[in-house]
Amino acid sequence: MSTRPALSAPTTLRHARILGLGAYRPERVVTNEEIIQHIDSSDEWIRQRSGIVTRRFARDDESVVDMAEAASRQALERAGVETGQVDAVIMATVTHPFQTPAAAPVLADRLGMTDPAAYDISAACAGYCYAIAQANDMVRAGSVDTVLVVGVEKLSDFTDKHDRGSAFIFGDGAGAAVVGVADRPGIGPTIWGSLGERADAITQRESWTDLRPAMEDPGRTEGLDWPAFTMQGQTVFRWAVFSMAPVARRAVEAAGITPADLDAFVPHQANMRITDAMVKALELPEHVPVARDIAETGNTSAASIPLAMSRMLEEGEAPHGGLALQIGFGAGLVYAAQVVEMP
Amino acid sequence: MALSEQEILAGLAEIVNEETGLEAEEVQMDKSFTEDLDIDSLSMMTIVVNAEDKFGVRIPDDEVKNLTHVKDAVSYIANHQG
Repeated sequence: MSTRPALSAPTTLRHARILGLGAYRPERVVTNEEIIQHIDSSDEWIRQRSGIVTRRFARDDESVVDMAEAASRQALERAGVETGQVDAVIMATVTHPFQTPAAAPVLADRLGMTDPAAYDISAACAGYCYAIAQANDMVRAGSVDTVLVVGVEKLSDFTDKHDRGSAFIFGDGAGAAVVGVADRPGIGPTIWGSLGERADAITQRESWTDLRPAMEDPGRTEGLDWPAFTMQGQTVFRWAVFSMAPVARRAVEAAGITPADLDAFVPHQANMRITDAMVKALELPEHVPVARDIAETGNTSAASIPLAMSRMLEEGEAPHGGLALQIGFGAGLVYAAQVVEMP
Repeated sequence: MALSEQEILAGLAEIVNEETGLEAEEVQMDKSFTEDLDIDSLSMMTIVVNAEDKFGVRIPDDEVKNLTHVKDAVSYIANHQG
């Protein structure tokens, strides 16, 4: 063994940052009035419990790959990166309706990329922050030079429009980020983790294999219930606010800055009440603008952070080059937070 | 030293006041959190967590639905304080 040659490996770390962001919001605006056609609720109740006024739903024939493509093209253009330069594509989604193959290789082909590594990750509403963490480490370690990260969901496909507890929450959309080599640190250390004992707090109702016997029963005369996503709202609220605020604080500390240095706070757009309570628990300085894209977008899971950050940059609420604290948290339960320099 | 039910009520009323703006005197033993005090499920969770911190008790999620009236919360805290 002593004669085995040493493997080649990079010996120094590089810096990485987000070079460009892209967003795609489906055309159709869905009002609370439309939602309450199927549940016993009211516009006022929905606004009070969630802060949601409208959300967007994709067309029936519009897929997560379609939405991801639109967001990706914008991100690449803003980053000034050609599709041929992308070495890896990471798609964060829980609503790509194929067990296999993953959506990322299909997206890469659509975008005309030549031969990138391409894969999906399943980390629900934390998926985008997980993917940014991976992209950062891949670029820093020298595995790749440029990564396309996409958070995309078509949650309207997996929502039970008759479920009073979740029908009004979810929306569709896509956000994308191009992560590449930088001359300074642009993505801070990620604080992440999981709490699998609460896997039941947000979950698809039945597994596909639970449904298989009924689907294959030749004598079946009745339709099957679609395995939509369900959520224990109070449990999620408690965890999101009171367990995630310390995680967000640790991400700021790990980045070597203080909350006063932040130019934006971009939490996953789960529910306006969660955002409000988290801001309070964090004791965030008043001058730090807080993302509230949920009012017009709903909860778009993995897409919500890049969508919200894009809106803040487009509307001048947050400065290009400023520092944003972003935190994703959701089904798993899983979470991830990091400070990033906004492109 | 264990707190009396009256002391717990006073502490709970402060927490409710901070979360909802309701006058502390409104928070009386026979009041229902939802019907009388108009506290929704998400505000209730915030009150529960703040009560855990203040009184050093653990109130599991599954227990919260049983705390319909102020007196339920006061007696739960009284019986579980360390």
